[in-house]
Amino acid sequence: MTKVKLQDNYPGFSLTISGVVLNKGDDFTDIDDSTELDRALSNDYVVIYEKKEETKEIKEGNEIWVYAETHNAIISKVTLELLGKAQILADKLNVKIACVLVCDKKENLPEVLFNHGADIVYAIEHPLLKKYSTDLYTKVITDLIKKQSPQIVMCGGTLNGRDLAPRIAKRINTGLTADCTELDVDEDGILVQTKPAFGDNVMAEITCPVKRPQMTTVRPGVFKIHKNTKKGKIINIRPDIKGSIVKIIEEIKTDRTNLDGSEIIIAGGRGLCNSANAKLLEEISSLLGAGIGASRAAVDAGWITKDKQIGQTGLTVQPRLYIACGISGAIQHVTGMQNSGFIVAVNKDPNALIFQSADYCIVADLSQFLPALISKLKK
Amino acid sequence: MNIIVCIKQVPKTTNVKIDLKTGRIIREGIPSIINPDDKNAMEEAIKIKELIPSKITVITMGPPQAEEALREAIAMGADEGILLSDIMFAGSDSWSTSNVLASAIKKIGAYDLILCGRQAIDGDTAQVPPELAESLGIPQITYAQKIEILSGKVKVEKETEEGYNIVEAPLPVLITCNSNINNPRYPTLIGLNNAFEKDLIRWNAKDLNISKEDVESLTYVKKTFKPAAKGKGTMLKGSMQEMANELAKILKK
Repeated sequence: MTKVKLQDNYPGFSLTISGVVLNKGDDFTDIDDSTELDRALSNDYVVIYEKKEETKEIKEGNEIWVYAETHNAIISKVTLELLGKAQILADKLNVKIACVLVCDKKENLPEVLFNHGADIVYAIEHPLLKKYSTDLYTKVITDLIKKQSPQIVMCGGTLNGRDLAPRIAKRINTGLTADCTELDVDEDGILVQTKPAFGDNVMAEITCPVKRPQMTTVRPGVFKIHKNTKKGKIINIRPDIKGSIVKIIEEIKTDRTNLDGSEIIIAGGRGLCNSANAKLLEEISSLLGAGIGASRAAVDAGWITKDKQIGQTGLTVQPRLYIACGISGAIQHVTGMQNSGFIVAVNKDPNALIFQSADYCIVADLSQFLPALISKLKK
Repeated sequence: MNIIVCIKQVPKTTNVKIDLKTGRIIREGIPSIINPDDKNAMEEAIKIKELIPSKITVITMGPPQAEEALREAIAMGADEGILLSDIMFAGSDSWSTSNVLASAIKKIGAYDLILCGRQAIDGDTAQVPPELAESLGIPQITYAQKIEILSGKVKVEKETEEGYNIVEAPLPVLITCNSNINNPRYPTLIGLNNAFEKDLIRWNAKDLNISKEDVESLTYVKKTFKPAAKGKGTMLKGSMQEMANELAKILKK
């Protein structure tokens, strides 16, 4: 039994998470079930009031692995998100978490991984591993999997992660589940992987009952990052490799919006109706220091640029506060923002689907509401 | 050049319903199409053939009606269509699908380039092409947005998290195509005529020397369900000004 508390700065009165009701002002609420606890704690406004203390001896071997993805010698955010989830799974399975760091020089990167939950870092260093390549990364990681036999291998569902994971899975002949949005272990200790299919219209629970390791790629932006202070162990590996068969001739950077750090995101949809309202959205975002997002409809209409699209074919975000303006609430959009801490929806249709995902619902026409909001914010 | 294009027949919509009793997707009554990204792969093959004399072989694994997808690809411009169909292949995951496709491609023999779509709109996994490349022991380039054939090698613009990379790889190579690589053409009248007269090649498990172990999926779908909404939130009441004020208060916190 763990006691949790809804923080006093929560903008609403109560929060319901899979049947458990947390009221603001209550001293604490008991949660028994570990899955429900995970869900509750994934909300920014829910904190642990009192944790049950358990002392368990962690078993050696059977590790949970997280592939530490790097870009320009920086650990990707999705890797830290995976470590957050790995900790929850490792507690249930009573095993250690190891990161596989493939790089030319490890620098201080193992420290970053220890500070987010890794117990062990396998640092595979070689000058040829400075940049991601399918063949070399597959080789060095597969060799290590064969040697160490982890029970779970998790990769971020990034472009590189989804290029790498199937190649590894096939080489060691194990099952792989793509783009998961939830992970848990069942009573037999088997990884239950929830993945969206049919453009996020359907969810499927998938297991890999026989083969090991159980492999998964995970959608970025879904899991929460947890800080940790572990004194981990580094295991250095110098692989014997030759150059990659696919040569990178040139790397071109294009402008891409990064909403990762935004505390608040204000997003517009079809209900903006015109570019004038989109401008008002921009004004609010600068007043609040918020990021701007969009549903596909607003992108297709040309009011907001494509790089700001949130949802299945765009970004997945989880700000503290998400304001959906004139967004109908199609599942393809909701899937990209449903893990936000607090969701406000403004829509002129009282039956809009978005209200089913919102904590606060405002029925209003944006052409009147946005100017009213701006004047109140300026006060 | 010998180009092989792998395609998949998928339901025309992603807004599917689930049979609550069996937990399976209801596919009856929903028309089927070639998976959209696979059409981009097909178009790319035709564009290459317009520059370099080539033979385009299109293959698909699926139930007997997947023949329609092959005929549509032939109408677009494929020279040969191969249907891989066997009751044993039903319910294949990406691991077993890639085994079947690899067996068929090994049976075809000579190839320089394999083109696939980025991912299918039903499973959304994007796993079969890399698993296929691994089975064949050839390099892969995923997320291509431009392909150029040079002598004995390809030059590809490959999408990255920061933009794109220009990469080169020797042939044979497997490439997966993004939807922004081209605009797939419509079949011509002559193409449609060819498509319906053309004899398709049909291979089953026996033709491909595939045993039960090769197609026993490693992953297992425990259940499928519709994602649940969390339930309607608190409705703010009052005039426009009052509601704006209420929200402004939350935002200023």
